[in-house]
Amino acid sequence: MDLIVGFLILFGFLFFTGGAVGILRFPDFYSRLHPAGKLDTMGVLLSASALALYNLHPFSLANLLTSFKIVLIVIFVFLASPTATHAIVDAGMRAGLSPWKKGR
Amino acid sequence: MDSFFLICSLYLGLLMLLSLYRAIFGPTVLDRLVGVNAVGSKTTVLLLLIGFLYHRVDMFVDISLAYALLNFIAVLAASRYFQKRKGLHDELSEE
Repeated sequence: MDLIVGFLILFGFLFFTGGAVGILRFPDFYSRLHPAGKLDTMGVLLSASALALYNLHPFSLANLLTSFKIVLIVIFVFLASPTATHAIVDAGMRAGLSPWKKGR
Repeated sequence: MDSFFLICSLYLGLLMLLSLYRAIFGPTVLDRLVGVNAVGSKTTVLLLLIGFLYHRVDMFVDISLAYALLNFIAVLAASRYFQKRKGLHDELSEE
């Protein structure tokens, strides 16, 4: 059980690392949104589900409720993160920012 | 397992510092917004890890859920606000 939890957390943190490096290094703001979306969905999904699994280990009703709340956090992030990303892109498009082209 | 969670929390804090760089030095306002959004979604996981470190997950899971809601509302409100502002163009033309 501990092995699966550690594996899932490490995979989630791999996505977090990629997202942070991508936000630092991509050339413009539209392309920076792509690692930001990955970081939100995949990183939070993997690491929070690992924590829900670890919390379930001494099985009781209270622990089951806490794990259910962690799963609710994951579902909320899955609904909210694409909405937030789309709102930021919409703000950029209406403000008239042009996308990055190579060699300009 | 506690020391593993502690190391994970410290590493997550380091990644938050990297995202904070984009939030401070971003060329446009929307870049800063992306950085703040990334820091907020990392904080959601960090609060869960802190709950496991203090052995009070049942309390910290509510704080984490509230922080996820707050992060979403803040980013949505800020992006709706800045699409009517002229500040975006000013900051872009200074480059």
